[in-house]
Amino acid sequence: MVLVLALGDLHIPHRAPDLPAKFKSMLVPGKIQHVICTGNLCIKEVHEYLKTVCPDLHITRGEYDEDSRYPDTKTLTIGQFKLGVCHGHQVIPWGDLDSLAMLQRQLDVDILVTGHTHQFTAYKHEAGVVINPGSATGAFSSITYDVNPSFVLMDIDGLRVVVYVYELIDGEVKVDKIDFKKTTTPTNLPH
Amino acid sequence: MMISNGIEDEEKWLAEGIAGIQHNAFYLHRALDSNNLREALKYSAQLLSELRTSRLSPHKYYELYMRAFDELRRLEIFFKEEDRHGCPVIDLYELVQHAGNILPRLYLLCTVGSVYIKSKEAPAKDILRDLVEMCRAVQHPVRGLFLRSYLAQVSRDKLPDIGSEYEGEGDTVMDAVEFVLQNFTEMNKLWVRMQHQGPHREKEKLEKERNELRDLVGKNLHVLSQIEGIDLEMYRDTVLPSVLEQIVNCKDELAQYYLMDCIIQVFPDEYHLQTLETLLSACPQLQPTVDLKTVLSQLMERLSNYASLNPELLPEFLQVEAFSKLSNAIGKVMEAQVDMPVVGAISLYVSLLTFTLRVHPDRLDYVDQVLGACVKILSGKPKLEDSKATKQVVALLSAPLDKYDDIVTALTLSNYPRVMDHLDAGTNKVMAMVIIRSIMKNKSWVSTSDKVEVLFELIKGLIKDLEGISTDELDEEDFNEEQNSVACLMHMLYNDEPEEMLKIICTVWKHVMSGGPKRLPFTVPSLVFSALKLVRRLQGQDGDVGGEEVPATPKKIFQLLNQIIETLSVVPAPELALRLYLQCAEAANDCDLEPVAYDFFTQSFVLYEEEVADSKAQVTAIHLIIGTLQRVNVFGVENRDTLTHKATGYSAKLLKKPDQCRAVYACSHLFWVDDQDGIKDGERVLLCLKRSLRIANAAQQMTNVTRGSSGPVTLFVEILNKYLYFFEKGNPQITASVIQGLIELIKTEMQSDNAVVNPVSDAFFTSTLRYIQFQKEKGGAMGEKYDSIKLGG
Repeated sequence: MVLVLALGDLHIPHRAPDLPAKFKSMLVPGKIQHVICTGNLCIKEVHEYLKTVCPDLHITRGEYDEDSRYPDTKTLTIGQFKLGVCHGHQVIPWGDLDSLAMLQRQLDVDILVTGHTHQFTAYKHEAGVVINPGSATGAFSSITYDVNPSFVLMDIDGLRVVVYVYELIDGEVKVDKIDFKKTTTPTNLPH
Repeated sequence: MMISNGIEDEEKWLAEGIAGIQHNAFYLHRALDSNNLREALKYSAQLLSELRTSRLSPHKYYELYMRAFDELRRLEIFFKEEDRHGCPVIDLYELVQHAGNILPRLYLLCTVGSVYIKSKEAPAKDILRDLVEMCRAVQHPVRGLFLRSYLAQVSRDKLPDIGSEYEGEGDTVMDAVEFVLQNFTEMNKLWVRMQHQGPHREKEKLEKERNELRDLVGKNLHVLSQIEGIDLEMYRDTVLPSVLEQIVNCKDELAQYYLMDCIIQVFPDEYHLQTLETLLSACPQLQPTVDLKTVLSQLMERLSNYASLNPELLPEFLQVEAFSKLSNAIGKVMEAQVDMPVVGAISLYVSLLTFTLRVHPDRLDYVDQVLGACVKILSGKPKLEDSKATKQVVALLSAPLDKYDDIVTALTLSNYPRVMDHLDAGTNKVMAMVIIRSIMKNKSWVSTSDKVEVLFELIKGLIKDLEGISTDELDEEDFNEEQNSVACLMHMLYNDEPEEMLKIICTVWKHVMSGGPKRLPFTVPSLVFSALKLVRRLQGQDGDVGGEEVPATPKKIFQLLNQIIETLSVVPAPELALRLYLQCAEAANDCDLEPVAYDFFTQSFVLYEEEVADSKAQVTAIHLIIGTLQRVNVFGVENRDTLTHKATGYSAKLLKKPDQCRAVYACSHLFWVDDQDGIKDGERVLLCLKRSLRIANAAQQMTNVTRGSSGPVTLFVEILNKYLYFFEKGNPQITASVIQGLIELIKTEMQSDNAVVNPVSDAFFTSTLRYIQFQKEKGGAMGEKYDSIKLGG
């Protein structure tokens, strides 16, 4: 089993001072194999912190990120899954699942991890899954009201991925999970 | 040359002394084995004569002494066993006084005395008194000290203490105390006398030697502390006054310092608390060169720990008025030692502050008093440059922060900012960071504008350029860290009451606005989002409460926001400002304030037109504008048309064709909002898509010309996906045949002669077709829609 942490939209220091303490205590170095960050850290101290959680770190550019060299999109393969990452401010309408599905098709990935709306979603469609880990700090958003801090932990095992979402609600960490199974071969199409 | 000779000589003399002892010890042992008292006395006296030397330093003398000591132990055992030598102890006591030289005589006398006391044939006090008096005959400091040390050693377990076997009629604790006190007094006198012996140029060596002997003197105090019969009353009325008298009268700096420290370390804290006045009153009577601040610091530290471990005793501290006594004592020391360096003075107050925080944490007036005393010390002097002193001041200021988890308490201390004012600019900033870290760590909320005012005054070193430092000189990393801290700090300033919250925001802005172009990019965003959060809170509410106009309304806040974001033009930071204007526009939309929202969009467009020059930045900026515009619904037709027209216009004018294409098809969403009352202008959607198609075509031709192969068909596939999007949403302008046409177009492009295989666009097209197939297979309304689209062939 491979653990992949997905988080983003921390907006430190513009909209939040730090990750919630309860989250920090859960993100123990050495337990996670990969970290995916949708963007809007925004400062390098956050980058350095994430690196201590796991050195295999993949970040895409959010519109407030201090470091403009992060790529707009990124793809990577973990086990049997192809993952794509994109902050999401580039995909209009923001948060629109059909438009995100288009990006997913374009990147040709099974799992698309995206952010910007600060709202956790896990959307399954014919070609795969779109996951939004929300904002790890519960940062203010013009799109979502009453943001609770959240992040996602994916457990990739063969053709199956279990998506755990951790949300801080009224000071308590609540966990939920969703299962996805990948189909082995795509249906053959006339071309 | 001289010194090394000296050391070599000393080694030689020591060796000679040891040899002498060993030699006589051999014969002594023989005498003891044959129970020969006379011989035993003879050889032990000779042995002890080695201790008559004056050529050894204390360190070396000690080695000699220890060997003699071992032999005397054997001798004592022999003395005790009367049946071996047949001499009653009382006669023995007489006999040994016939020894030729005074030093051996006295060592032997003490040894016999020990046996004598044990025998109980005479009261312990009489023997002890006799011995302590007799030892006066040796006035040489080193020899006398070791002799009396021997006396102390052998008498230790024979003092007439309470509950000891030597207590009896006429033999009381008081006698034990008097004995030890007298031995102590004499030993101190000898010790002090050493100071005046050597010639002045050997001063350092002298000090070293004196220090080597100090524990011999201090041991007496330790013995006193172990005497069980001494209660608080006796300590207070007899022991302490006598000891202090000797300390004061000896007028010796080394002795005074050491012995004061000894008292503090050796006697129980409970006693110190109850005799505080007496102890402290001795301080001004000591030599002016004595390091009193260390002595007092030690005392305060002990009392602080005592208070920590025994919180139930805190009332006692109050009762004896510990704080005022200590505070006064320190004041007197400061008056007496006018030349005390600042670092010393401040460290003294740090100890007092620690004491106060542990013993009287609720007495903020005491804490403030201590800080006030420090302000006095620092006043009239130039800004601190001594790093040690600075460290002490930082320790002073950090102590209340550590103690009171709530920063607010520290902020109410009137002298706190005054102390900070005396720090040099660099240290001021260090302290400001300490304060911020404390707030962040303890998660202390600062909830009124008054407190925010005080806080920002304290951290003003971070907020603006203080005299002496210009931003250009600063290390960039440090500077960024500082500014990010200030930005984080702003999130801890909060009040539930909107009026107060607005006051807080205004107070912060007042301080932060003059931070200059380097600071504004850090501070403005945080403040803007604070204000936006407030706007959101007020969203549901009306402008007036109970008929009265209320200052905190979204409109007023937007005016403030406008001012705030405008200052970014001095940096200049147009991209950041553009983003913040868009945030405000969306917030104004949510408040139903059409003109305000329009104004913010106008500002964004102006920045886009005039300031955002970088082509990559333009792409992001235009997408942000489009994305925001797509979401707002407050605009009437005219305003909306103007803005969407601008957006599409700029999209088409981006530098690179692919960027143009993508921005234009993004604009298609401006004319179709999925909401119930959302705009659904199918025609204009199609116009956008067609336009983007034309651009894609042009892009295709261009790559043909410049690179000699057909460019990626990715753009076409993207546009196809957009067509599918609106097709599904039910845009009547987008028919199955239109889609079919586009599919065929793409296929043609991919199969053309010039085509270069592009796996990315291939995969994209494949997955798109797969999607269409999936939709067809869905059945129902969706399946029907897709039915006429053919994928085969």
